[in-house]
Amino acid sequence: MPFSVNSPILFILAGIVIAYVLGQSIFFLVKAWRRAIELGIEKKVLRKIASGSALFTVAPAVAVLLGLISLSRFLGLPLPWLRLSVLGALTYELPAAASVATIIDLPLDQPVTDASTYLSIAYVMTLGILAGILIILFFQKRMQQSLQKLKKKDNRWSALLMDALFMGMIATFLGMVFADIRSGLRGWIPVFVMLFSASVMLLIGILIRKCKIAWLENYAMPLSMLSAMAFAVPLTNWIGG
Amino acid sequence: MQKRSMYNEKIHVWGRISLAFAIISFASYPVLASIIFGVWPNGRLIIQGLLAVAPVYWTVGAIEAFTFGPMLGSGGAYLGFVTGNLTAMKVPAALRAMQIADVEPNTEEGEVISTIAIAVSSIVTTLILFFGMLLLNMLSPLLESELLAPAFANILPALFGALGIVFLAKNWRIAIAPIVLMLTVFLIQPSLASMVSILIPISAAFTIGVTRLLYKKHLV
Repeated sequence: MPFSVNSPILFILAGIVIAYVLGQSIFFLVKAWRRAIELGIEKKVLRKIASGSALFTVAPAVAVLLGLISLSRFLGLPLPWLRLSVLGALTYELPAAASVATIIDLPLDQPVTDASTYLSIAYVMTLGILAGILIILFFQKRMQQSLQKLKKKDNRWSALLMDALFMGMIATFLGMVFADIRSGLRGWIPVFVMLFSASVMLLIGILIRKCKIAWLENYAMPLSMLSAMAFAVPLTNWIGG
Repeated sequence: MQKRSMYNEKIHVWGRISLAFAIISFASYPVLASIIFGVWPNGRLIIQGLLAVAPVYWTVGAIEAFTFGPMLGSGGAYLGFVTGNLTAMKVPAALRAMQIADVEPNTEEGEVISTIAIAVSSIVTTLILFFGMLLLNMLSPLLESELLAPAFANILPALFGALGIVFLAKNWRIAIAPIVLMLTVFLIQPSLASMVSILIPISAAFTIGVTRLLYKKHLV
């Protein structure tokens, strides 16, 4: 069969893998949903969680779609579709593909025409990212057992430990937002966007508490995020990004 | 209690089996493509390519597994690591869901809520990518327009601004030290922004240390 980065057979292969992972997501969703009801969590709350999570995902997913577009110029559609639908993220996939392209001096804005090179890139992308998933496969149970033991021993510290883990991650990204401020006013754009997003979140929080608009809670994060992203457009035009 | 431990046990069985099959299916794409096209990859290219990315990716992957695994709970971790896009999508989705449902991580309630959020998030991502791909010719000019570029360039500040204020309000005492540390790190060395995945566990370990100190002194 003649090779092409957009060969129908590659779409079929990628589609089968994506369908499997989609099935896995549905399976876990059903099991967790049933268990949540057994635990006494109201269906109303679960529906709120599901719809809010769906809405929250839209903006980051569209950003992933942008990544798919940029990778597709080099690798066609099936491989980026597969890698970005499951397992990967653009921050991993692009450098992995670029590392092979650099070795043989391939331009990243033209489709790969050599099947062997394409397959080499696919192998590097696959093997390069397996560490995390293998550790979860072999160590997740042990990690959870250790956390359960800790919880039994000191419940308050166990809760604080989880808060500390989350805060550590959030603090890293909050710090990263300031990385470019020394480059002038342009470097402050992410800081202003972050502050705008936090302010909208705060305002929605006040509306929920003071004006008793409970339904807003589910939309607080997507609304804050999307309004801050929209705010970035005129702000960048004004400052001159 | 019996049922509780049964769910816990089962989630590991389901998780491990589905994860093993997922790894096999990921690997099958290049293998089957090789067989179908009758062409094999260039071993030297693979080794050289892996030498360029694997030391960093495997380190980051290991760090992510040990940092995000406990955060997401078992169901969430088994699913989240298969579906990817953890830092900008799955972890914030799980965090947000647990906060709205008013459940704590490292509890069974937290675990199921986190799993539901991650499952829905990955289903929505899959659908958006599928339909986005079908409508690519129509969507490309809009998504890649200069007008919208600043919005997509600022997705992380927009996300972590909203998430940060929630956690600051929840427990500001444990937030101060890591924020000051990370601000200092990035102001001194801005280029570290490209290594954010490696900095997350450092910041998390530092926050745990400070929180432990505050806890011992009864300040949190």
